[in-house]
Amino acid sequence: MNRFILPLVAAVVLIPILVLGLRSDPTALPSPYIGKPAPEFELPTLKDPAKTIGTANLRGQMSIVNIWATWCVGCRAEHQFLVELSEEGSIPIYGINWRDNRQNALNWLAQLGDPYVASGFDADARVGIDWGAYGAPETFLVNADGIVLYRFTGPLSWPIWEQEFVPLIAAGAGR
Amino acid sequence: MKRVIVLLTSLLLTTAASAIDTGRAFDDPQLQARYLKIISEVRCVQCQNQSIKDSNVPLASDLRREIRRLISEGKTDADIADFLVARYGEFVLYRPKMLALWIIPFLLLSIGGFALFRIVRHRMTLPMDDDATGDGQSQ
Repeated sequence: MNRFILPLVAAVVLIPILVLGLRSDPTALPSPYIGKPAPEFELPTLKDPAKTIGTANLRGQMSIVNIWATWCVGCRAEHQFLVELSEEGSIPIYGINWRDNRQNALNWLAQLGDPYVASGFDADARVGIDWGAYGAPETFLVNADGIVLYRFTGPLSWPIWEQEFVPLIAAGAGR
Repeated sequence: MKRVIVLLTSLLLTTAASAIDTGRAFDDPQLQARYLKIISEVRCVQCQNQSIKDSNVPLASDLRREIRRLISEGKTDADIADFLVARYGEFVLYRPKMLALWIIPFLLLSIGGFALFRIVRHRMTLPMDDDATGDGQSQ
């Protein structure tokens, strides 16, 4: 009987690890910023290059930072959701307009609506890289202390918002 | 005929990567060599399984530009690796610095080797006229 114990223990330890390995998405990239302060940035705003937007604006309340661009198909897909979310008014949305053309971006907001409190204009993609962006759209949830709670890659929608963001926002607000 | 063979053979020596980033990044051959080595060991996170040296997506060219900037600012290879890992995580490096990743395979191999050694040693002590099932139950 004794000789079965070791293989049994090994199997019990290994099987969950292997199952986790099978279920995880190898192309998903966890953000190294989760639980850490959001990367410092300061960018001229899209609408008025004389004004800037940056990490200081994120302090004091829960907010989301959305990395978007007019060349990005997924951004167009999620834009209607962002407009609806901003109309709901529960959380401020800051944008980082990533390696884009200023006029294209302004036209986009004029045509589709502007859900952003302000969008920073990141023409040379420096700030996008600082945030670890690897494909737009990406959306970060940042708490009142400027700590990144969550990063979602891909187009947002109400079901994803309810499932991934709302519980974190509720937990953060209840502290 | 000979010329055709030479031409065809020389075509075999060309690589696709030469299409990206035409022109040298650095005049100093030492810096250029460092630059080429670094970019060939950084994963393109947008087009995984390619290095940023071999990829022509915008993010790869942005990262090459950042690495050129860091090199020209006199940053060391370790500084540049830290810069990338802070933003994209360990996954971005084709040679991860996380020691456990390198040790675990050898650790598992030595555990297996030790178990095998113990089993073989045990069986060698069994009498030769064993029932040949080799499961050690005849003890």
